[in-house]
Amino acid sequence: MSTLPVSVEDAPLSAADATPIPAATPWRLIALAVLAAVALAVPFALSDYRIFLVTMTLITAIAVLGLNMLVGYNGQLSLGHGAIYALGAYVTAVLMEHAHFAWWLTLPVSAVVCFVFGFLFGWPALRLKGHYLALATFALALATPQLLKHKAFEAWTGGVQGITLTKPEAPFGWKLTGDQWFYLMVLAIAAVLFVAAWNLLRGRLGRATVAIREQPIAASAMGINVAYTKAMTFGISALYTGVAGSLGAIATAFVAPDSFGMFVSVFFLVGVVVGGLGTISGALIGAAFIQFIPNFADQISKSAPSAIFAGFLILCMFLMPQGVVGLVRSALRRAQRGPRPRGGD
Amino acid sequence: MYNLLQQIASGIAMGGIYACLGLALVMIYQSTHHINFAQGEMAMFSTFVAFLLLQWGLPYWAAALATLAFGFVAGFLIERLVLRPLGDVPELSVIVVFIGLFIGINSLAGWVFGHQLQPFPSPFPSKLFGTTLVSGHEMGTIAVVLVVVTTLYGFLRFTKVGLAMRASAENPVSSRLAGIPVSLMLSLGWGLSALIGAIGGLMVAPVVFLEPNMMGGVLIYAFAAALLGGIDNPWGAVAGGLIVGVVENLAGTYVVGTELKLTLALVLIVGVLLIRPSGIFGRKLVARV
Repeated sequence: MSTLPVSVEDAPLSAADATPIPAATPWRLIALAVLAAVALAVPFALSDYRIFLVTMTLITAIAVLGLNMLVGYNGQLSLGHGAIYALGAYVTAVLMEHAHFAWWLTLPVSAVVCFVFGFLFGWPALRLKGHYLALATFALALATPQLLKHKAFEAWTGGVQGITLTKPEAPFGWKLTGDQWFYLMVLAIAAVLFVAAWNLLRGRLGRATVAIREQPIAASAMGINVAYTKAMTFGISALYTGVAGSLGAIATAFVAPDSFGMFVSVFFLVGVVVGGLGTISGALIGAAFIQFIPNFADQISKSAPSAIFAGFLILCMFLMPQGVVGLVRSALRRAQRGPRPRGGD
Repeated sequence: MYNLLQQIASGIAMGGIYACLGLALVMIYQSTHHINFAQGEMAMFSTFVAFLLLQWGLPYWAAALATLAFGFVAGFLIERLVLRPLGDVPELSVIVVFIGLFIGINSLAGWVFGHQLQPFPSPFPSKLFGTTLVSGHEMGTIAVVLVVVTTLYGFLRFTKVGLAMRASAENPVSSRLAGIPVSLMLSLGWGLSALIGAIGGLMVAPVVFLEPNMMGGVLIYAFAAALLGGIDNPWGAVAGGLIVGVVENLAGTYVVGTELKLTLALVLIVGVLLIRPSGIFGRKLVARV
């Protein structure tokens, strides 16, 4: 039994991922070039507030990509990635506040801490399949704000008040505002992380990850170390989300327990599902979706954004289990080859 | 000592509420092997309906009965309109739909009823039998839970519909061949489970105040209760609920303090899943591959 709706159509798709169809390559390159040009133009074309929004979208995309590695590629559902996002944010905030680290120096620390946390959490989680894992991580997400508020850590975390940080400034006297400079840094980091994810998921670990999603028993019969691979995927997924948390803390220059409630985890899941399970580019689309929908829907009602997210979660499962990316891909394929032959290819 | 007894008593009362929601979870798990993440929010919404009816001037018990009917119909319809059309999809898709229901119902309640805390009345007098050991509401809650459990047991054990429901949970294919409308039984199970959840909601609202997020903490303890007792065993859910309620209250008073109550639930859940995933009374699941 496969664990995900992606699996039926995914066999040809992941093959296409690994060795791109020659006809598709120029389109891909053009699309990437356009994306890069737009991304580089953003800080010079938009107001500081808009730049901040795009920065947050990129940061969210990193977190969504992290969660997608786990959910989309490995078939383990985590409802607790908000907790890991919070962990990354707090590692950065505490290091900047109490150890006076430069903001960029906190990122490797946060990456290592979150990786270790994810790996260790992933190890016992091996015994938890499907909804049990969802349950355990759901409980983790619910407990996070309480843990962050707890008196025992108050000296470091600032308790309910949280920690206020200073925003990074452009170095070397460059004529960039803080927002412009930080956007460019986030863009560079995101680009590196996305390329790394793309390579990783096409490599040995990525193939093992997908094999485990499709058929764990067959995978272990082929000599894949299921326990190690699952824990490793959990660790790397946590690393991505944790780094996103760090960047998010720096971008908003503030961390507080109540901004890391259960809904952060749910939003990431919405991003993964709407963008497309088991796709890399889906992370960007999903992140833009969860970043911008609240901006429009807040005017209707305070509850409207979550209502819209809920509707999309359910509708996606009915209508487009592979999200926006899946929809676009199948449309492109149909355009290229004409109607699909019956019985699949 | 008196204080300890008092804490145990209110732990049992809270445990009764966890047992109610745990039972609701077990009812759905038994027939579909899905854990309904939206169970708490469904109960919360039903309780808001009761609140609305009370505001319109209905007497408590009439409002409660109407609420249970609403819960039953809502559960029935959710199964028919959302989960049935989904069909036989992988487990993760079902969980995603449950999460969608969770935040959907939560935001709908916030939209319709607002986010402020509402006091919710208890149908029981504040003191029963002149004792201060147990409050009237606590005693009433325990009584209600006992009634619910025995009624449910009697229904499943001694009525034809109950037998048909158990049969279709045990072996859907054979039941269908024996002429049992299995899909109707599934919807009935959902309705019943939502009804039991609504009872839990009515009992918990006087304790925690009514608001859209009131079930977050309760639901997680109900999960812990159902897991501890064995998620496929109704009696286990009740026992698990009582144990979890007492443990929560005692640990909250004497060990970790009230700020870490949810963390305690996390530890309980992860602990049970790691040490004995089938729970105390559950069956071990063995799968052929």
